[in-house]
Amino acid sequence: MTLSVTLSVNGVRRDVTLEDPRVTLLDLLRERLDLVGTKKGCDRGQCGACTVLVDGRRINSCLALAASYDGADIVTIEGLAKGDLLDPVQAAFIAHDGFQCGFCTPGQIMSAVGLINEGEAGDDPDRVREGMSGNLCRCGAHAGIVEAVLDAQKQLQQRRVA
Amino acid sequence: MNPFDYIRPASVAEAVAAAAEPGAAYLAAGTNLLDLMKVGAMRPGRLVDVRHLPGLDRIETLSDGSFRIGSMVRNADLARDAGFAAAFPAVAEALLSGASAQLRNVATVGGNVMQRTRCAYFQDPASACNKRNPGSGCDALEGENRTHAVLGWSGSCIATHPSDFCVSLVAFDAVVEIVGPAGTREVPLEEFHLLPGTTPERECVLEAGELIVALRLPSDAGRFAANQRYLKLRERTSFAFALVSATAALDIEDGTIRSARLALGGVAAKPWRAHAAEAQLQGAAPGVEAFEQAARAALADAMPSGANAFKIELARRVVNRALLLAAAGTPERMPAMPASAFSSVPGVLSHV
Repeated sequence: MTLSVTLSVNGVRRDVTLEDPRVTLLDLLRERLDLVGTKKGCDRGQCGACTVLVDGRRINSCLALAASYDGADIVTIEGLAKGDLLDPVQAAFIAHDGFQCGFCTPGQIMSAVGLINEGEAGDDPDRVREGMSGNLCRCGAHAGIVEAVLDAQKQLQQRRVA
Repeated sequence: MNPFDYIRPASVAEAVAAAAEPGAAYLAAGTNLLDLMKVGAMRPGRLVDVRHLPGLDRIETLSDGSFRIGSMVRNADLARDAGFAAAFPAVAEALLSGASAQLRNVATVGGNVMQRTRCAYFQDPASACNKRNPGSGCDALEGENRTHAVLGWSGSCIATHPSDFCVSLVAFDAVVEIVGPAGTREVPLEEFHLLPGTTPERECVLEAGELIVALRLPSDAGRFAANQRYLKLRERTSFAFALVSATAALDIEDGTIRSARLALGGVAAKPWRAHAAEAQLQGAAPGVEAFEQAARAALADAMPSGANAFKIELARRVVNRALLLAAAGTPERMPAMPASAFSSVPGVLSHV
């Protein structure tokens, strides 16, 4: 069966025809739209490498059936920077060495953006760790990741106040 | 993943008609279903997408003070609803102790009730599993079974129900609202999930085409709001299923327990309400003596189903500690690590 899906991806309208409904949002982004920043790690919702924002909320795109997301607003790692200007969360990951090999990093950063949007972690490292527990890093860069998230959140708060 | 037809109905009536066909399954967020389809443990020929159905995403307070939660309300939204979290803090805590933030952002409350066991043999189509393939046997009986059931299991199946949310729901007498081809009906959550017996493939009372449209929590549970906790023991601190968990709620007046609620997770094929233990707590003074007695009563019928005898003693201790935490009072703010024995929030009782 053929299905038409219209998405807004990083602010751009994308019309995609699916020949088969067995397509996840992750595979649609990577295989059909060539947005390969979003990674396929476990493909079972356990590692978080595929994290994207859907209507402002972080989700695992590997467990989302693309057909069900017709009309959704998607933001991927490719949509964060404004030209050469990095998003504050991206910059904080670099400043705090929040990665080693980099494979999990797009998912970590999208998850961190989602966590900051949710607004519940504050400046509590325990709440950041708990809020980021859906993103695994096999290199073990978690300490830097927690620092990066706390720092990015602080910068974004200061920016809002100013 | 097997091929399937994808249907997006416009109304509950259309959904029920489409799902009454053999081989059809409802799709909500799909966080469990799509995973099981990828590994071949579930092979529905038709997915009926109910995620967008109008009217199923509301959290309502009814005139009698009870809560009605639409089945497509997402786990994170219910846990973050201030009114709901104040009335049922142990339900919110259970929700926030489950899965990851990404999964809670899409997974629905109806889907949570309908999620399948995490038994590795159920998920592996090459293994014998009476639940997945009736009559094929149970490889868990002689396999890796240290996390399996200690209550209500049978020689056909020793799997557990994985939900945290349902443990707190069953403690507070939640009711499941159902619409199906024959009309609407309501079933107490305690009667919704079935023990395996000789038919482990039948996990709940739903008939073909029946859809959960809402969950209801009665208002009289409000008297427990000040003294309730969910405690979840797991093999890592976050993003893991429960080895054993417990919801404990106490209505304490003048140093006496007027009424108690107690339910366990990770121990059986259904969220396990411990009525005998509740009866023992009624009229007792809150404290270790009464709580240890209640813990013994809650596990009185427990039997190891394999290399999991340790779970019986663990469950007693979890019950005891959950009751101590409940007696100490509902925390003012959700702990940084919900339901964890390793809470680091100052002022929140962490080790008792």
